[in-house]
Amino acid sequence: MTILPTTVPETKALLQSGGYIADEGLSTAVFLALKLQRPLFLEGEAGVGKTEIAKVLSAQLGRPLVRLQCYEGLDVSSAVYEWNYSRQLLHIRAAEAAGGQTSVESLERDLYSAAYLLKRPLLQALELSQTGQSPVLLIDELDRADEPFEAFLLELLADYQVTIPEFGTIKAVTPPITILTSNRTRKVHDAVRRRCFYHWVDYPSADRERAILALKAPNVGRELTDQIVAFVNALRQMDLYKNPGVSETLEWAQALTQLNCVALDPAEVDRTLGTLLKYQDDISRIQGSEAARILDQVKSEARRQQFEAEAR
Amino acid sequence: MTTEPQAANDNAAAPQSRTVRLDPNLIAAHIDGGRIAENILFFARLLRASGLPVGPDKVLLGTRAVIAAGIRDQRTLYWTLHAVFVNRRSEREIFNQAFVMFWRDPGFINQMLSLMVPGLRAEQAPDDKALSRRLSETLFKHADRPAPQKDDQLEIDAEGTFSQSELLASKDFEQMSTEELARARSAIRRMTLPFEEIRTRRFVSSSKGERIDLRRILRESASKGADHLQLHYKSRMTRRPPLIVLCDISGSMDTYARVFLHFLHALTNDRDRVFSFLFGTRLSHVTRSLKSRDPDVAIAKVGADVTDWSGGTRIGASIEEFNRRWARRVLGQNATVLLFTDGLDREGGQGLELAARRLKASCRRLIWLNPLMRYDRYQPIAAGAEALSQHVTEMRSCHNLKSLEDLAAALRGPPNEIKGRRA
Repeated sequence: MTILPTTVPETKALLQSGGYIADEGLSTAVFLALKLQRPLFLEGEAGVGKTEIAKVLSAQLGRPLVRLQCYEGLDVSSAVYEWNYSRQLLHIRAAEAAGGQTSVESLERDLYSAAYLLKRPLLQALELSQTGQSPVLLIDELDRADEPFEAFLLELLADYQVTIPEFGTIKAVTPPITILTSNRTRKVHDAVRRRCFYHWVDYPSADRERAILALKAPNVGRELTDQIVAFVNALRQMDLYKNPGVSETLEWAQALTQLNCVALDPAEVDRTLGTLLKYQDDISRIQGSEAARILDQVKSEARRQQFEAEAR
Repeated sequence: MTTEPQAANDNAAAPQSRTVRLDPNLIAAHIDGGRIAENILFFARLLRASGLPVGPDKVLLGTRAVIAAGIRDQRTLYWTLHAVFVNRRSEREIFNQAFVMFWRDPGFINQMLSLMVPGLRAEQAPDDKALSRRLSETLFKHADRPAPQKDDQLEIDAEGTFSQSELLASKDFEQMSTEELARARSAIRRMTLPFEEIRTRRFVSSSKGERIDLRRILRESASKGADHLQLHYKSRMTRRPPLIVLCDISGSMDTYARVFLHFLHALTNDRDRVFSFLFGTRLSHVTRSLKSRDPDVAIAKVGADVTDWSGGTRIGASIEEFNRRWARRVLGQNATVLLFTDGLDREGGQGLELAARRLKASCRRLIWLNPLMRYDRYQPIAAGAEALSQHVTEMRSCHNLKSLEDLAAALRGPPNEIKGRRA
């Protein structure tokens, strides 16, 4: 287990060595979450790298990643724990067969012991921390769970503990590094927000996006990288239904290299637009003449910059 | 900070006395002559007064965070406090302005503090043109502010008997006198609206449930002995789907929209997860204003929110804007959408077909409430209405009290998948 970073620049370097290029705001939020042992609540559009942070932290700090994917209908029995009912029933039968020497109290004690507890992600995370392997706990897309589920989380987020009525309270020794993400498909309650550090993960600036591409897709040529980033940034200005995120940019770059493309041309853009835009309305709006227009604009801008650089 | 407000000092003492390991003041003393903790406290008070949910725990956390991150430059301080005090994206702007005002201009702090403490008001108020309305209202509460606009037509004389309620029920809102309208509004206020329940994937124990509740059975049998197995059941929990209302407030809808607002107010205060939007030429989100308990206050607030009362209509553009900005945030979890409009569009239904199709695809049930359906032979022939009618789950009339009651009843039942065209 590596030691936690002690300053904001160190945090930034740590993330970068894991292949995640974070800006100042995000690094500060991550640093504070690590330092002050509070959960980190990340919101942002789909595909800007919210989940990725947890993965990178887990890899860089050498800690196991425990992931809870939220969905509608998620409840305690699939998020925290459940009793193994069939084994409990067997135990009762066995105690009966043994001839009723066991008292009711001891039967009850046996029945609700750790052996009959099925541990779900949140409990697993606490248990791991008790064995000295404090994990990175990722609670992904919290907005997809129903509102009542958030209430279960409050105890965990504030005190890193879970209370099971029949069993007792399980508390983390070293708090797990907790990261919550949300896509804002509904409001997440203030009680959850209050317990966390918050950061809105925005689309990266063009420079940062180029750096991300260079790091994640080094086989893509310099010229193509610049064109891709400029094209995607132009798309984000266009009021589309779903703007392409960083992950779409990366996928597109990969797709273009697979097609042996060294520079963007309208035909290639049209063919591969599906990796970048995920709604038919958006695709039909951009495909064809609009894509060619943006491409022209991108290229002439690149030429202008090159010209200026040479003139200097 | 020559005049130390007493109340602020009390607040400062409370959170700090709780720290065991860290004494922020002691360490912070080396940074800023002991004033940084205090400044964070006052900054937090400023944010709280501007409407951000900042409790004493955040003040303490803010101090600890600043100590942990250190103050190398203003950027670090900014992002450190940002991580602590900002809870949602919409709060960034207020935070930003408050930060700039508070931490850049030292003279301003004193002035502001004296403003926040009654009786110690400073003589002159600083230039506030760069401040947001919310922040400046907080800072300069005592300065003259324009009184909230009141719409005379929305005033209600809340008296009258209801002996004629049956006659009233079938009378068209547009043909009602002012007095009748007032009575209709109070009838609406008293409407209770039963709501459709949809089954979720969660369970509650129930005597006539369809599944066996093993946990409960075992808990009981453990205490009563193995011979005693009494069956318990659980069934699926139901809950009400969110309700989204898009209401047209253009000139042709004027009277209906004003009455319908009362219906909306009753809805909003009756249940959770109701989101209301008004549109004429642009879309306005008015849920928060409608949450005021008093209908008159709520509707006066809505009136102040909206700038395009009784103007033209751009239905297509408005729905498109809703799709883009709001649909993903409010339409989750099987929402029902009520679209209250007559389908008469200034732009001849431009973009409406596409927008309506997308809206229909992202909600469970799209109900078009059309006051024009009061005419028996109404057909959606206008370009906008025609485009709309192809993409709604059902079309209902909405022009008198009876039709509102019918709507309430229809919302209780499962959606009947009929196209809204009348034969």
